[in-house]
Amino acid sequence: MADFTDLGVKDIRDGVASGEFTAREVAESFNAAVADAAVLNAFIVTTPEHALAAAEKVDADRAAGKQLGKMAGVPIGMKDLFATHGVQTTAASHILEGFKPEYESTVSSNLWAAGAGMLGKLNLDQFAMGSSNETSYFGNVNSPWRKEGSNAAMSPGGSSGGSSSAVASRIAPAATGTDTGGSIRQPAAFAGICGIKPTYGRCSRWGVVAFASSLDQAGPMARSVEDCAIMLEAMAGFDPKDSTSLQMDVPTWEAGLSADLKGKKVGIAKEYRMDGTDEAILKSWEQGKEWLRDAGAEIVDISLPHTKYALPAYYIIAPAEASSNLARYDGVRYGLRDLPEGAGLQDMYAATRAAGFGDEVKRRILIGTYVLSAGFYDAYYNQAQKVRALVARDFEHAWAECDVILAPTTPTASFPLGSLNEDPLTMYLNDVFAVPASLAGLPAMSVPAALTEDGLPLGLQLVGKPFDEQGVLNAGLAIQQRAGFTAKPEKWW
Amino acid sequence: MSKYLIQGATGEWEVVIGLEVHAQVTSNAKLFSGASTEFGAEPNAQVSLIDAAMPGMLPVPNAECIRQAVRTGMAIEAQINKYSRFDRKNYFYADLPQGYQISQLYHPIVGEGQLVLDADEKGGILEEKVIGIERIHVEQDAGKLMHDQHPTMSYVDLNRCGVALMEIVSKPDMRSPAEAGAYVRKLRSILRYVGTCDGNMEEGSMRADVNVSVRKPGEEFGTRTETKNVNSVRFVMQVIEHEANRQVDLIEGGGTVVQETRLFDVASGTTRSMRSKEDAHDYRYFPDPDLLPVELEDDFLEECRASLPELPDAKRARYEIELGLTPYNARELTAEVETFARFETLLTEAAGTIGKPEAKLATPVANWALSVAPGVIKSIGDEASVEHATAARQAAILKMQDAGEISGGQAKEIFEIVLKTGREPDEIADSEGLKQVSDTGAIETAIDEILANNSDKVEEYRGGKDKLFGFFVGQTMKAMQGKANPAVVNQILKDKLG
Repeated sequence: MADFTDLGVKDIRDGVASGEFTAREVAESFNAAVADAAVLNAFIVTTPEHALAAAEKVDADRAAGKQLGKMAGVPIGMKDLFATHGVQTTAASHILEGFKPEYESTVSSNLWAAGAGMLGKLNLDQFAMGSSNETSYFGNVNSPWRKEGSNAAMSPGGSSGGSSSAVASRIAPAATGTDTGGSIRQPAAFAGICGIKPTYGRCSRWGVVAFASSLDQAGPMARSVEDCAIMLEAMAGFDPKDSTSLQMDVPTWEAGLSADLKGKKVGIAKEYRMDGTDEAILKSWEQGKEWLRDAGAEIVDISLPHTKYALPAYYIIAPAEASSNLARYDGVRYGLRDLPEGAGLQDMYAATRAAGFGDEVKRRILIGTYVLSAGFYDAYYNQAQKVRALVARDFEHAWAECDVILAPTTPTASFPLGSLNEDPLTMYLNDVFAVPASLAGLPAMSVPAALTEDGLPLGLQLVGKPFDEQGVLNAGLAIQQRAGFTAKPEKWW
Repeated sequence: MSKYLIQGATGEWEVVIGLEVHAQVTSNAKLFSGASTEFGAEPNAQVSLIDAAMPGMLPVPNAECIRQAVRTGMAIEAQINKYSRFDRKNYFYADLPQGYQISQLYHPIVGEGQLVLDADEKGGILEEKVIGIERIHVEQDAGKLMHDQHPTMSYVDLNRCGVALMEIVSKPDMRSPAEAGAYVRKLRSILRYVGTCDGNMEEGSMRADVNVSVRKPGEEFGTRTETKNVNSVRFVMQVIEHEANRQVDLIEGGGTVVQETRLFDVASGTTRSMRSKEDAHDYRYFPDPDLLPVELEDDFLEECRASLPELPDAKRARYEIELGLTPYNARELTAEVETFARFETLLTEAAGTIGKPEAKLATPVANWALSVAPGVIKSIGDEASVEHATAARQAAILKMQDAGEISGGQAKEIFEIVLKTGREPDEIADSEGLKQVSDTGAIETAIDEILANNSDKVEEYRGGKDKLFGFFVGQTMKAMQGKANPAVVNQILKDKLG
């Protein structure tokens, strides 16, 4: 059996379309790779039959001379936050264990309609709350990467850690992710792959288990900028079932890709030069500037003065929304129900939610409940909303001076699993560079830039104007071409 | 009748009342889901994935519900807020799948308005009174728990869950049970006029939270209690009566009223405590991040305004001024949609049939519609088939009466036969002999005979005993078996008696 697992989205789509190989061969190859990589724990459930069925449909359509979709023949991993019809959907939580939706999320529907198939449901931090993929009820996800000279299990980042691990280890050519405060970009950076969070509203949230509704946004994770562009085109689109969905046509991002940045200005925000940022990160940031200048862009200094307040504001707004969004998991209609002998309704709620939610989820529900409580609402939630508006305004001002902003994706490279568990605040700091774009609803992408001295990937982040995914992708492409990032993790699994 | 005051041991007490009326919005689909809102379906037959709060489901506002709330606001002359927003009210209960109710706390769609209570001495409203309305907001209804289906478990029916409600909040402007009752009736009438709520209190389409406090006249407002989910006008009045007296007794007995939520017990007509302010929920309201603010365009508002029908107050004034109806008739006819609709249909039909302007016929038609026709229908009870009483048939009866062909009594008799059989009034009048005799020859003959047989009385009459005129009329009608046209009889008698 030929091995297709080094191929990306574009390679597979074009190869299937030209008849170089069949979609079925590709699906079989990835199904086998998935089965072989169980130790990574990237998948909560695998669905080889779904991948095969989709592939056979594509092969049959091709044989019949039908027009093939944007993702025809590409088997992908689906983050287990997207509802998939008849396939267990858990958000990596015990409280939804065994839950099989009677519906399909809009984003996954779009992907299936574009000819993609599903390899399985990818592990994640529970309810997408976490930055290391250690809060899943279904166990930690291992990064395929290891520090040079160490066998310590490393974090794939989070919350889309199953996605980053699967794509980096080549058991999936691409995967869906969701990003609330960095959950696509940070794991992409940790795993040496690309990931883009589009403008808020580009991808429908319908059928995606909600974490923080005003921030949640789906996006693709893949190994190249081109692959991200292709997959985002397939995922995005106006959805009347989501009131916050953008009523705009989906641009042809793939066709619009250009690494020529002549006439473009790239902003460098001084506030992103923070204490605690690794020297290696700062070095790669400098390198990134050079690459973009080489691509024809002008580098300009900008100021985003409210940056330091973004993370605290995020950790008020996101938990506040989560505390309300997660109220529906109550044991009444679906999912886990813990009904102690002789228990009343309140006892059932308490027992079900105590048993069903993990510690990090409980922590955020408690924070969110607190900041919305009478007497604290103005001091916390309202204040955080004001900060959010100021952060967004910083960016609006910046767009008068530049077209895209270059920043590090994370303050450090990946860390060993278990090393930050006792220190949630340090864990939260992982998203310090990612959160401002989330609060402002802006498109933002991480592309792999380099390896650290001990062989771990580092990412660079590009933040764009609202609706300007193209500008972000193009700058990403310019970096990709110059970084020449070809490193791949050595197979140890 | 004097002002409503409660006589306590320490003097008189005034009652202060505010009402929060929850009115189910008339629409085919729920507020944020496409599920049907029809009453009476099998439990859980009208539940969408959104209503059941399945993971990842999102609300999408139903524009028709927004439109209905705006039209309601316009009907109470309220300020329409072009910017409004939905908030989440968070609490756990088994009839609330989301764990929050989507409502509007901070920016309601309708601001201040008002409602006029008409003077109705009999009903305890001494003079016209304006009741302020604080706001109207739109929110989701909850589901229903059923405790009688299983020995140890409760069942949940989510059919009602997510149905759109308007919460119409009055100012604390009412001072008696009668005013509160009149307020609910008037509000219900307006809602039904504009078609934004069917006002069916038995089916739960309209229910009120009743806020009551007492104070010595002229003093500050006292502490109020809120009695929840009261579902008839009579119960609203009972709650106030009971609550006001309870509070007066409590205060005069040395106690204090605590701000609390109470429940009305229909069987005993009393209220009891549900929960006090101390263990009140902290609802943690915040703007619903799944929904964008509601921003209303001028075109939309114009369309809403243009779609409003003539409202009760305007209609009543028109009935009095243009149709010359008495204030009583005008009020009675305009109180309910069905009543004025029947009246206006019949008036149009009668004007066409008789060939006279509506203003000339309004009074007899009003009397017919308000008193004569309902009287006949009531008198024959089950034998009446109201569907036989078409406007055309009633107009035919009114035409014969207008022409003097039949008497009032005959009109009733004919209508009774119409109701029982569905036959045509003209045919009934002919075949049943229910017509007045206006043939002067026959009447003259009868009168001549009566005058001849009663020459003594004729002498007395001519001698000045005017009262005897009635005697002659009576005798003539008797001789004519009641079928003589009284006007003709009068005329001939006058001529003959000189």
